Amino acid sequence: MTDATALSEPVIRAEHLTAAFGPHVLFRDVSFEVRRGEVFVILGGSGCGKSTLLKLMIGLVPPAAGRVSILGTDVWSAEGADQLALLRRIGVMWQQGALFGSQTLLENVEMPLAEHTRLSPAARAEVARAKLGLVGLSEAAGRLPSEVSGGMLKRAGIARALALDPPILFLDEPSAGLDPITSAGLDALIQDLARSLGTTFVVVTHELASILAIGDRCIMLDRDAQGVIAEGDPRRLRDESTHPTVRAFFRREAA
Amino acid sequence: MAADEAPPPGAFDTHDEAGATVLALSGRLDTEAAAALWPRLVAAAAKGPAVLDIARLDALDTTGATLLLTAEAAAAGNAIRGATPAVASVLDRVRAALAAPRPKPERGLSPVARIGQAVWHGGLAARDGVAFLGELTVTAVRTLLNPARFRLRELLRHLDEAGTRAFPLTILLGFLLGVILAFQSAIPLRRFGAEIFVPNLVGISLLRELGPLMAGVILAGRTGSAYAAELGTMSVNEEVAALRVMGIDPMALLVLPRVLAGMLVMPVLSLLLTLAGLAGMTMIMGLLGFPLNTVLQQLSSWLQLSDLLGGLAKAAVFGLAIGAIGCRAGLGAGRGPRAVGDAATAAVVGGIVAIILLDGVFAVAYERLGL
Repeated sequence: MTDATALSEPVIRAEHLTAAFGPHVLFRDVSFEVRRGEVFVILGGSGCGKSTLLKLMIGLVPPAAGRVSILGTDVWSAEGADQLALLRRIGVMWQQGALFGSQTLLENVEMPLAEHTRLSPAARAEVARAKLGLVGLSEAAGRLPSEVSGGMLKRAGIARALALDPPILFLDEPSAGLDPITSAGLDALIQDLARSLGTTFVVVTHELASILAIGDRCIMLDRDAQGVIAEGDPRRLRDESTHPTVRAFFRREAA
Repeated sequence: MAADEAPPPGAFDTHDEAGATVLALSGRLDTEAAAALWPRLVAAAAKGPAVLDIARLDALDTTGATLLLTAEAAAAGNAIRGATPAVASVLDRVRAALAAPRPKPERGLSPVARIGQAVWHGGLAARDGVAFLGELTVTAVRTLLNPARFRLRELLRHLDEAGTRAFPLTILLGFLLGVILAFQSAIPLRRFGAEIFVPNLVGISLLRELGPLMAGVILAGRTGSAYAAELGTMSVNEEVAALRVMGIDPMALLVLPRVLAGMLVMPVLSLLLTLAGLAGMTMIMGLLGFPLNTVLQQLSSWLQLSDLLGGLAKAAVFGLAIGAIGCRAGLGAGRGPRAVGDAATAAVVGGIVAIILLDGVFAVAYERLGL
């Protein structure tokens, strides 16, 4: 195995995925691969099934058809110890942070460490502090989620997702509801973590600036087409795509 | 496959090199390995100047890096050497993260200051409570002067929710209460051959005390908590703020119909509970061999209309208190996921405490008035 193939080794493989709520099909026959160390963006307009695709990849919503495997383990057939091992190797940042409101940010980050490692309480606190430091929240460690801003909530959500140092992080709408400066700061953080820790990121977003800033590769879902209408480097899609919806999306035109 | 090539879990050995202790780490220092090595490595590094040699480390995650940096800081003169580029990148990133300023520890208040703070907060809450009552009164008077502004539909909805939907529960509890009271009092009275006075005892307790009190507990549990949860969710979602900004008084739209509904349904619930209780008592008396006529005779000779009216008036005041406390708890709800739950609890606890306190006030007042 050469270095070049090792770099592009797929860590997530989605094959012929179909998602449907009853008779209503969101998308069908979606296949793609996410390679180790890249920032992979799932983009598309509202209601195209981006978030559902994410939930399907992390095992929350079952696919109507098709399969997803993460690091060689099939998400929907793994059970017991296999499933736990898989869950320990992924981290998820939820759209609203989903931090536990009765615990401080530090306690939020400590929770998975307490549940899944044998670290002593003192060591755990030190590790949790390091994770909060990684996302620039050292000074807010003792605050409750209700006492911090929206951007800080998302950072804390990333810190908690990083708690067990998973090789893959899923981010659901990291820039939603943030001002451009905070959003750009979050983009810089994602790139920094991808570079310094080698983490693979799967990001669901529709923020154009964010897609162009962080995305190594992307797929674009479309509600009308019920599937993927474009795949590749987002900057090339912006400049070269001839698909009318893709062009409208990148040029911010009304379709 | 990557799994076959995965380096072994991290380990370290100790040797001396030109007078200095060298702790040589190897393998993959991930979260799991770091947790296993943590106490031993930090203890070894704390002994004195030590060099942490990480040249043979294959992989490092941020938890492992935290361990290395903790070990480095465990004693003066410790140093880390030999990081490969991949490992150095993670190590440098975590070093920067841990170097960020920590939160300043909050200075706790002294016990005396804490008592003062509690009293101050209690005083502020009492002031807010009085202000709420005042605002409610002003809104009520304004609505009386301009009845067209009153939201009748809202009132009807709340009358249904707090009243008619509570009827089955009220009848059930009242009936059981009557049965239990009659049965329990019949046992000691039988020793004196005085079972005939069971209707007197049960009737007076239900009409004057238990009817309004039990109906109040039902209203506080069913409706007071619902008011608090509903208004609490509305204020957390900024719906109450939106009303204010639109120039709509939340007092008139949200609070007044609810409080009025509480006040109007309480006498009904209390009467229903009392009647159901008397029915339950009559059933027990029938089982003890006393015919319906005897029971009615006892009741009509002993009970007066003032007993009933006094109880119903009391019930109306209880309803007012429970409704106002529930709405106040909801509108005053804080932020965060626990706020709505806290508001509902405060509404139920506050409502029950309030009706029992008010019951005491009524007992004294009725006694003075000779009722």
